[in-house]
Amino acid sequence: MLRPFASALVALFIVVGATTVQAATKIVPVTSPGGIKAWLVEEHSIPMLALELNFRGGASLDPDGKEGLSNLLSGLLDEGAGPLDSEAFQQRLQDLAISINFSASRDSFSGSLRTLTINRDAAFDLLGLALTQPRFDAEPVARIRDQVLNGIRSRSEDPNTIVGNTFFRLAFPGHPYGRPTNGTMESVAAVTTDDLKRFIATRFGRDNLVIGVVGDVTPEELGKLLDRAFAKLPEKAQIAQVAEVVPQAAGRLELVRKDIPQSVVMWGLPGIKRDDPDYFAAVLMNFVLGGSTFNSRLYSEIREKRGLAYSVYSSVVPFERSSLLMGGVGTANERVKESLDLMRAEIRNIADKGITDEELALAKTYTIGAFALSLDSNARIAQTLLSLQIYNLGLDYLDKRAGIINAITKADVQRIAQKLLRADAMTVVVVGDPRDVVPAAGKPPG
Amino acid sequence: MMNFLLTTTRRLGLALAAMLVLTASPATAKIFDAKTYTLPNGLQVVLIEDHRAPVVTQMIWYKAGAADEKIGKGGIAHFLEHLMFKGTPTNPAGVFSQLVARSGGRENAFTAHDYTAYFQTVAADQLDNVLRLEADRMTNLSLTKEQVDSERQVILEERRQVVDNNPSSQFSEQVAAIQYLSYPYRLPVIGWEHEIRGLTRDDALEWVRTWYTPNNAVLVIAGDVTLDQLKPMVEKYYGPIPSRPLPERFRAEEPPQRAERRIEMEHPRVTQTTWSRSFLAPSYAWGEKQHAMPLSFLVEILGGSSTSRLYRALVVEQKIAVSAGAYYNPGGLGPNRFGVYAVPAQGKTPAEVEAAVRGVIENLMSTGVTAEEMTRARTGMLAEVVYARDSVQGAARIFGAALTTGRSIEDVETYAEQVNAVTADQVNAAGKAVFDVTKSVVSVLRPRPPQK
Repeated sequence: MLRPFASALVALFIVVGATTVQAATKIVPVTSPGGIKAWLVEEHSIPMLALELNFRGGASLDPDGKEGLSNLLSGLLDEGAGPLDSEAFQQRLQDLAISINFSASRDSFSGSLRTLTINRDAAFDLLGLALTQPRFDAEPVARIRDQVLNGIRSRSEDPNTIVGNTFFRLAFPGHPYGRPTNGTMESVAAVTTDDLKRFIATRFGRDNLVIGVVGDVTPEELGKLLDRAFAKLPEKAQIAQVAEVVPQAAGRLELVRKDIPQSVVMWGLPGIKRDDPDYFAAVLMNFVLGGSTFNSRLYSEIREKRGLAYSVYSSVVPFERSSLLMGGVGTANERVKESLDLMRAEIRNIADKGITDEELALAKTYTIGAFALSLDSNARIAQTLLSLQIYNLGLDYLDKRAGIINAITKADVQRIAQKLLRADAMTVVVVGDPRDVVPAAGKPPG
Repeated sequence: MMNFLLTTTRRLGLALAAMLVLTASPATAKIFDAKTYTLPNGLQVVLIEDHRAPVVTQMIWYKAGAADEKIGKGGIAHFLEHLMFKGTPTNPAGVFSQLVARSGGRENAFTAHDYTAYFQTVAADQLDNVLRLEADRMTNLSLTKEQVDSERQVILEERRQVVDNNPSSQFSEQVAAIQYLSYPYRLPVIGWEHEIRGLTRDDALEWVRTWYTPNNAVLVIAGDVTLDQLKPMVEKYYGPIPSRPLPERFRAEEPPQRAERRIEMEHPRVTQTTWSRSFLAPSYAWGEKQHAMPLSFLVEILGGSSTSRLYRALVVEQKIAVSAGAYYNPGGLGPNRFGVYAVPAQGKTPAEVEAAVRGVIENLMSTGVTAEEMTRARTGMLAEVVYARDSVQGAARIFGAALTTGRSIEDVETYAEQVNAVTADQVNAAGKAVFDVTKSVVSVLRPRPPQK
């Protein structure tokens, strides 16, 4: 449901006490003979490689009435391309133990490739076919569309799906971010083969593509492989820019009444974008509020002390054209009001009083160290290489990141807390059968 | 970590890799090259070295899970898993988690029918600290009544979130209860709600005292540490913990199953009918064990992908299902399930899907698996061997799960050879042994029609 880039954001330094240990990770920018660019980390200890790619422009660009086009297409690229029909393409992948996956988020379309070293030529050929010559034969289009529709139908009564879709609809009314990424039964049914072909002709270009590769390959070898997969992409993608938008935050509380024993709550406020100088101040603040699994205030107050919930969290969710600070909780119907009151109280508390020195110190060392620790597989490192490029962080970012975080002061966090943590303005959605909770229309916008 | 690959030239390395993947053989090619030893108190230590990054994972696995619980105390293994985060006299609640977080680490725990495990992934220079704290809580857990009461509420919320809010989870519990006539896999790991409500602090402490002892645990360390560095640290913290006599790990045995069972549930929040049939099946450790590895091939050939027999027949050719597949996991101490499932297409019934699945299985059994299918399945399984080495935590999990369910390090390290040894005849024989409807459950979950 939420696939923010933030989740892929990671670090190459470990700070323990006073010492900083750099991971043995060297990033090499590679440009292929044909001019395709990628960032590479060589890792020859396992005979495999992982590639991650990202095209700017995602489900938010799907035409009105055809929401879910990007998602449907992501399931069709490996269902027949070039000379290979669906079955032949799938058999080829299996015969060579290659895995190729695509997915669409609000802001981008991404893909990942995993192959053994011995099969990498074929793997890049297949990836190139999928991206540039998908066939969209009638049989796989009908079949995959049915699977997508089945998925939408199956999840239509799932409280987590309902709460997410409702929240985004209310936070972003009239904006593409407010639409369900996977579309609706009607909009997915409305997608035609022409829509799919137009997508291929317009949305994938060299200019909106970034690539990260980690594994058993040298820069020279990778250059040749990149041309096998990407040389046929058009120079430029034809993609529109979605409008900048501030999420609605006027104190609205929406109640979706469902006969389930546990209510699912989601709340949100305007957050902070990735390129904002205060981004890490907000990340540290959020760690203390509800970002840390076992050390946050929401965890302590709602789960640890009172046993009100199994799941309680908050997160900073930046988009390309907006941002959210959001959170949620799952709690028994009779305890929803108590949980909501406690969450609001803690949000107010941090807005008014800030966080302690100890909390700030833990948030910093965690945020610095977690980056390196999350680089625990080739694919994860490749995703990090993508983030660095998507956000234009630069090759020296890995050297600078810890310094940026360490420079943040309690006053910085307090300032950003006062700006973001407006407990009365939260947009809240509750799905369930809660006692003591009444819908609120909130203040009209403006 | 496959040192022979690192010490050879690149070209030779590739050739060896190709051999591992495509042909068979190397008796010398241990997948992870894990090292192991056992402390005098019985704690088995396993080290999987991986020096790609200065990161290390500690996992401690206890040979005790939900299938070891006393009747009426369902859920205590999982309840205790939560309570293990409540601290000790020397390291009160929060100390351990803060230490892990301080280096950017992550931690968690999980409970299954056969085992309970706790892990932390931290900066390599924090290994000493997490060893100390994990060893401390093995024997020194302290619990107040308030902590237990509060955590019971958390677990009831977990159950509401995972089971009660989700009709297909509710149904899965019902299906398991008739799949097994006697074996404790019939009970849910998290426990029934009424039994969770009755679990006490004494129950939790009794569980710890019974099962949490070094001679009932496997300590798996994976990452950037050598055996020479590891040994003194483990000796220092885990060495002094005395072993205790263990009770027999009693499991009620499954009697002969003689009747096909059918179960249906209608639910107003189910929006899509699903059909499934699950056969009681052997595992590496239970029943006709020789079938376990061939069944891993059979599940792939029958329903592991979009080129599998079930998917091709039901979804692509006959178009009577939106999706179809099969599942089987050879691990575990007890009887497993070999399942086939399908989601009927709009306008198609579970009965039509059931007949089509039967047709596919009968066809497979009458003609047998093809050489091409065997090769494709084998290729995928051998590639997974290479891919498995890319995840440090994943490797630790593979060893922990194996060593707590009756398998050895040798079994894990020689997996590729076992895969290479499987023949089509063995796969066909395994199918014949498992596809017996009198040992199966047919389950249908469907929407509740609107009230008239």
